[in-house]
Amino acid sequence: MELFTQSIVESPAESSAASSERRGPAGKARLPGERALRLLKILVFLGCLVPLGLLIYNGFQDNLGPDPTATVTHATGFATLRLLILSLCITPFRRLSVRLAWLIRFRRMIGLFAFFYGCLHLFTYLWLFAHFDMQAILDDIAKRRYVMAGFSAWVLLVPLALTSTQWSIRRLGGRRWQVLHRLAYASAILGVIHYWWIVKAGVRTPLTVTLVLTVVLAARPLWSLAQARRRIRIRI
Amino acid sequence: MNRRTFLSGAAALGAAGLAAERFAGIVRPGLSVSADSDLATVKSPLSTTGEALTPLKDITSYNNFYEFGVEKSDPARNAGRMRTRPWSVTVDGLVKTKKSISIDDLLKFRPLEERVYRHRCVEAWSMVIPWAGYSLSEIIRWAEPLPKAKYVQFLSLADPKVMPGISQINLNWPYSEGLRMDEAMHPLTLLTFGLYGEPLPNQDGAPVRIVVPWKYGFKSAKSIVKIRFTADQPPTAWNDMSPREYGFYSNVNPNVDHRRWSQKTERRIGQPLWSQRRSTLMFNGYGDQVAGLYAGMDLKKYF
Repeated sequence: MELFTQSIVESPAESSAASSERRGPAGKARLPGERALRLLKILVFLGCLVPLGLLIYNGFQDNLGPDPTATVTHATGFATLRLLILSLCITPFRRLSVRLAWLIRFRRMIGLFAFFYGCLHLFTYLWLFAHFDMQAILDDIAKRRYVMAGFSAWVLLVPLALTSTQWSIRRLGGRRWQVLHRLAYASAILGVIHYWWIVKAGVRTPLTVTLVLTVVLAARPLWSLAQARRRIRIRI
Repeated sequence: MNRRTFLSGAAALGAAGLAAERFAGIVRPGLSVSADSDLATVKSPLSTTGEALTPLKDITSYNNFYEFGVEKSDPARNAGRMRTRPWSVTVDGLVKTKKSISIDDLLKFRPLEERVYRHRCVEAWSMVIPWAGYSLSEIIRWAEPLPKAKYVQFLSLADPKVMPGISQINLNWPYSEGLRMDEAMHPLTLLTFGLYGEPLPNQDGAPVRIVVPWKYGFKSAKSIVKIRFTADQPPTAWNDMSPREYGFYSNVNPNVDHRRWSQKTERRIGQPLWSQRRSTLMFNGYGDQVAGLYAGMDLKKYF
């Protein structure tokens, strides 16, 4: 079932490249077995739960630090941004070698976990900052650009989470589904902007995550360019 | 208690302080300090009442002291290398004569009072801290500023050898803060040497700092080495960095938002997750004493 998804989601150029590589000297693709993948999936699932698990554990230990509100806000925000960028790393990584094609099978889980942490981050704001005061929330969104950027980043993830099922992919058609899911780039960019806008002037802590996102985003046009050149060479 | 007992107590403390390991930066932050380095203080009628004190471990582990790094936990980790003996404070600018005073003479200069103050950071968190010190006005009188002096500037230590933040963070070093002369002379403005009856831990601004309880925390300069009297408003670090976000006055004011967040409420440090949030008070609750300083001023303009 998931292999089917993979082929439908890949762009035509990519699949042909992949299939031509698959017909290489080895004769067949060396992919990890189904069982290994299933085990790995469980591990990744548990790994994605670590930030939440730590918060809950430390909460019960009364160990959330001097400013627990800030601890929870930062932990959920970091988890969202890191998982979202990790989900965007999968495509460039898997393009490095056909033997990494199986990585695609982790993208949805990681993306959904990013959305999950985004929801927790939003809930933290609604509860501990705005106290569910609708006027205060609207005021914040209108007046504060970092709230606006963060909220927009979350809103963009909603349709992606809703269309993450196999059924949606078939329903929308691979091409359209793929175009829609490019919103993930916009969401990640807005997430990084949100981070820059909340730190004090002169503070450069968001730099690392910005550099990683830049590399991950730049990898895509570079790959397309390389593909185009390759096609020209084949024609010659 | 009379003045003489205070003075002898303070003298004894100065001697003990010299011997105390903590000043050599050997004692790690957060450890309890032996009794011989305790500061002798008397209760002050200017103390804030009816507030639960923030635990010492939070006051000494959650700090903004950018000389030692941007993270709240950085100062507790990095400030141990700063030497606070020998230390002296120089008084210059518009004064009768430029002079210096050693930290031990400063400690003995007036009896130390315990002053419990609310401490409100511009980042919307707050603490309640039992400081030890005496009114800054005492030392200003000793400094003999000229009549033209209208402002007081405080300059903090800037030693890149022991302060890793100086090369990492893009502020104008040394850290500079300032007050109008009447603000500096106000009895609430505290020249501060300790907290919880102990000498200031390095991460809280040892060996001597300013505390201005009705202003955002960054106005209260730490580890000061120079007090300068000027005719014009002195340059101040955060105001230089981002003048639209950090005003020269920076009085705590729930009605004037920071450009990026609301100042209507604050998070009390050391409280549980669900009960941290509370309303921010005008002038941090010290309006009765200080509102008169700003009579007729538009506090939205002079934020």
